[in-house]
Amino acid sequence: MKAFALLLLLASSAFAQPPVRVGSKKFTESYVLGEIAKRTLIEANIPAEHRQGMGGTIIVWQALRGGQIDAYPEYTGTIAQEILKRSDSLGFEEMANELEKVGIGMTEPLGFNNTYALVMRRDRAQSLGIRTISDLRYHDLKIGLTHEFLDRQDGWQPLARTYRLHPRNVIGIDHALGYAALKSGEIDVKDAYSTDAKISELDLVVLNDDENFFPRYDAVFLFRFEMPAQAIAALHKLEGTIDEQKMIRLNAEAERTKDYARAASLYFGDNARSTTTESLTHKITRWTIRHLQLAGVSLLLAIIVGIPLGIFASRGGAVGQLILGFAGIVQTIPSLALLALLVPLPYFGISARTAITALFLYGLLPIVRNTATGLQDIAQPIRDSATALGLEPGARLRKIYLPIASRSILGGIKTSAVINIGTATLAALIGAGGLGEPILSGLNLNDHATILQGAIPAAILALLVQWSFDLLDRILIPKGLRL
Amino acid sequence: MSALVELVDLSKRYGEAAALQPTNLEIARGKTTVLIGPSGCGKSTLLRLIIGLTTPDGGEILFNGDKIDIDAFRRRTGYVIQEGGLFPHLTARGNVLLMSRHLGKPEQESAARLRDLCQLTRFPDALLGRYPLELSGGQRQRVSLMRALMLSPELLLFDEPLGALDPLVRAGLQRDLKEIFARLHQTVLLVTHDLAEAAYLGDNIVLMNEGRIVQQGSIVDLRENPANEFVSEFINAQRAVLFA
Repeated sequence: MKAFALLLLLASSAFAQPPVRVGSKKFTESYVLGEIAKRTLIEANIPAEHRQGMGGTIIVWQALRGGQIDAYPEYTGTIAQEILKRSDSLGFEEMANELEKVGIGMTEPLGFNNTYALVMRRDRAQSLGIRTISDLRYHDLKIGLTHEFLDRQDGWQPLARTYRLHPRNVIGIDHALGYAALKSGEIDVKDAYSTDAKISELDLVVLNDDENFFPRYDAVFLFRFEMPAQAIAALHKLEGTIDEQKMIRLNAEAERTKDYARAASLYFGDNARSTTTESLTHKITRWTIRHLQLAGVSLLLAIIVGIPLGIFASRGGAVGQLILGFAGIVQTIPSLALLALLVPLPYFGISARTAITALFLYGLLPIVRNTATGLQDIAQPIRDSATALGLEPGARLRKIYLPIASRSILGGIKTSAVINIGTATLAALIGAGGLGEPILSGLNLNDHATILQGAIPAAILALLVQWSFDLLDRILIPKGLRL
Repeated sequence: MSALVELVDLSKRYGEAAALQPTNLEIARGKTTVLIGPSGCGKSTLLRLIIGLTTPDGGEILFNGDKIDIDAFRRRTGYVIQEGGLFPHLTARGNVLLMSRHLGKPEQESAARLRDLCQLTRFPDALLGRYPLELSGGQRQRVSLMRALMLSPELLLFDEPLGALDPLVRAGLQRDLKEIFARLHQTVLLVTHDLAEAAYLGDNIVLMNEGRIVQQGSIVDLRENPANEFVSEFINAQRAVLFA
């Protein structure tokens, strides 16, 4: 267990962060605002970095509370409904006071109201004569909503109640993919943010909120009071500087160029390519190295812990069953759910540590199981011979049993390695980086080229790992077992 | 005191079934004792109790008149089983030298001993670098025998050592074994279900049935003076083989 702690320490020090960490949620506007904050801080001579697209509201909020990030862009409606869990309408001052109680500060509004809206294709809405949300009552349409909107307290359920809507076809779909589905006519209505660039790009109409259901979603920055005073001052300078037109333009630029830093630079009035833009090779190298760190450290831990557990499990009995059962149950938890379960725990939060722990738990089962079965499959005459020769139990294990089981054990390690390379792409969801980063932002932008920048290296990595293990087999498995 | 090993009221049960009734037996020094009987008669259980692969429910085992310390005892015995007893990840040499290397014996001494053993067991030196899977069944049993003899054990135990070999190879090995036992004045305990083998190799034949010793003595004793119906039936069943 000492080795485990040491490795975690090594892992986390490898990802040590500079002072001010700006987070963002997993959608274009949040990315752009994050970039704007980062650049504002840097121009005020405060070292800063931006952790892009860490997840939904709760994940990013927990990260801010837990101190994994120092600031992130948020919306007043979300703060009232999702964070403070208030169903009554809350004034701006009250909101600020409530946040202050938990050590979180809030800037004044940045200048635009990005409220939720329901949108349709213009031609479809016109042909059906739909202008308001109330009009939806008279049509049975296919509705595709983001998972967050489906579950929010100010989301679909109370909206449907307010407007007395009872559609039969409501599905959950990713935000960016939802636009593609809307465009192709697979769904008729979806939720959107009123500053989405897609609204003008796809010529969509925003349905009139005739019952005034949606609260205001004024953009603000939330920050930790522990942040340096100059950094807080720098964020305050952003207040009232972005109106709706400007935000739509920045969002459109971000989606067109797939470059958030560049979109942010529009805000600062320079059209030149941002100096912070990295070359593609450099970015892919950086993602790949981080990816290998995540998968490698977690695999190493899984080997160090998994083989002894497998040896215990091979002896059968209640403890053996318990070990195999536990490892098996972990494997059945969807990887996304496992990450989400770890994030709220004190030691974990939004960090590489969490990603490594989740990957480690995932990598455990194949190693434990293969070690156990490899040892159990050793024929009784071999066991009898080893015992009768007079080898002590430890020597039997080291000199006879483990070498004979080596093929099975290595097979388990190989399986874990390949699983980890694949699953490590999910680490980007909690801001731990790796090749999941371009996959995630590509998915968010519905941009296949960006997705491939992550997916192709990840696939190549998986193949390379497979090959290098095949090579390792020849070195590590005794020749007598390969005849 | 001619007995090297003495079993006193040794017994073993598996659940309800008695695998071995309380049994007394002396294994004579320098002689070959053969345990024989039908399947399930307790002969293999008896052997496994002696080498400590199974723990007895009652009774004791005396070695040179003393109670045994199993680890030390195992190093003073050699054990050869039917098939699969060789470690597949080690070469023939690796198998034979495993224990002497583990105990840190000088390499040169071990190498000399290995050469002698190859001659004794008629195993070609050239094959020492091969893995078990690259050897024939007879060659494997010779390697097993060398491994058992490597530390010059006081007692050699065999559990159906030739059971899986074809008749010609088997006959050759039986001849060689007899010669080796005689030359080394080796104390041997051998389990078989083949009366011809027992008659050929055994100085003392111990016939077992249903977990107990029915009769012991030379093959002539068993044939001329059977203790009961079972003994004569067992002898006669294999007579064709014996006196053909």
